[in-house]
Amino acid sequence: MSADEQTKLQPRIELETIGLQAYFGETRAVHGVSLRMPRHRLTALIGPSGCGKSTFIRCLNRLHEEIPGARAEGQVLLEGEDIYRRGVDPVLIRRRIGMVFQRPNPFPTMSIYENVASGLLLAGVKDRRTLDPIVERSLKQAALWDEVKDQLKRTGTRLSGGQQQRLCIARALAVEPPVLLMDEPTSALDPISTARIEELLLELKKAVTVVMVTHNMQQAARISDQTAFFLLGDMVESGPTDAIFTNPKDQRTEQYITGRFG
Amino acid sequence: MILLVTGCALAVLPLLAILMHLLREGASSIDLNFFTQVQKPVGELGGGMAHAILGTAAQVGLAAGLGVPLGLACGIYLAEYGGRERLAGPVRFALELLASTPSILVGVFVYGVIVVPMKKFSLFSGALALMVILLPLVARTSEELLRLIPQHLREAGLALGLPRWKVILSVVLRSAWPGVWAAILLGIARIAGETAPLVLTSFGNPTFPRGLDQPSASLPLQIYTYAISPFDEWHRLAWAGALVLVFTVLALNAITRLTGGSNERRRAD
Repeated sequence: MSADEQTKLQPRIELETIGLQAYFGETRAVHGVSLRMPRHRLTALIGPSGCGKSTFIRCLNRLHEEIPGARAEGQVLLEGEDIYRRGVDPVLIRRRIGMVFQRPNPFPTMSIYENVASGLLLAGVKDRRTLDPIVERSLKQAALWDEVKDQLKRTGTRLSGGQQQRLCIARALAVEPPVLLMDEPTSALDPISTARIEELLLELKKAVTVVMVTHNMQQAARISDQTAFFLLGDMVESGPTDAIFTNPKDQRTEQYITGRFG
Repeated sequence: MILLVTGCALAVLPLLAILMHLLREGASSIDLNFFTQVQKPVGELGGGMAHAILGTAAQVGLAAGLGVPLGLACGIYLAEYGGRERLAGPVRFALELLASTPSILVGVFVYGVIVVPMKKFSLFSGALALMVILLPLVARTSEELLRLIPQHLREAGLALGLPRWKVILSVVLRSAWPGVWAAILLGIARIAGETAPLVLTSFGNPTFPRGLDQPSASLPLQIYTYAISPFDEWHRLAWAGALVLVFTVLALNAITRLTGGSNERRRAD
């Protein structure tokens, strides 16, 4: 095996959890999960409803703790630095880790342009000469530019569901986060919009590390490089997507992906 | 169905009757003097409401200037931080009580804490009494309206790496603003017509208030002064004053409707 192949097989780790536990009050929703998410790869998190995968992904940008009574323990390393270390400002972490949610959630009072630029606008960047190219680049990355370039002043909520979701992706990309979290980004969309977003993700992961929760196992199989299977708050197993889907090590994984439960 | 329509007609009837009567009695007395003159000594003809209009404007303006930011602060605190703060329950309960306190008691309270120690009635104490009435109105309605903004919008803002206060102001409050603005205007309309809390605080004054620490006239109080007098000339002015007050309050309500409507239209386009 050459050195080149070696790095290809073991790429740099962008994001890693070590013994991550998440609580809602006294209830433990994630039981000590350790997972490495390599740079510029798409990691899919699969598992039945209530298995903790959404809670897990919300710990990765410290959004989980915004729910009253919720907290997380363990470590999450972003490029080797623990984001749960004392004194780390979650606001700064979230600028480096973007997120797209299950339901498209553009800001209803803002135009398409303002939505895309919102991360910068609300942080005080007002100069159109700075913003214009960023808005265009982000909308192109989100494969939405051609559809909205003539109506950037219109309200974002007037777009279709699939377009709104791509608008949210553009909004997340505008601040150039090296990591993008996606919590079931296509589960509220029709198959055509879903296919567009999947194509988009394949393109995006060349530049961004993507972690995606999905209910759709075909989707995980189609676009992810690595898959982790969650069940009842535990991560049962993780590995290259091919291996998980063709030759799972754990019996529960096999039962789930063959559709015997979940 | 017929019953319901009759019921509605009966409900609207008093308003129409009041407006008709006020127009008949008061419209003829509204002239330039009404808006430029102050109260004349008994026996002299003429006189107006200029001091009362100015007094009401000053007291309502001051009350809104203090009460709206404070009320909004309470509303935001309860809606956005209330879920995890132990203080929220008592604050909410206190606001509830304050909102249902008879307004004369608010006047008595301000009389006790401001007027008695200062040993004089003052415009400032009147404004404070009005503020105490306005604050719970703004706080409770803004809390309810902010709660209606879906959680996923807050998360969208937080996930962009925006600090919480920024998300609250630029995303949550901005989304709820048409309703909050309407609540503020309705609250201002309500205190513009309050009489009872002013009797013991700004007291009334036959001429322009000379400072915040001096007694001040106000439209409702001046109407009362004119109306209980035995002079036809003053009765005339009371009618005119009532007409102006009612139309000011109606105008505020109308503005609320119109601006609220245009906001919705803007959002829908």
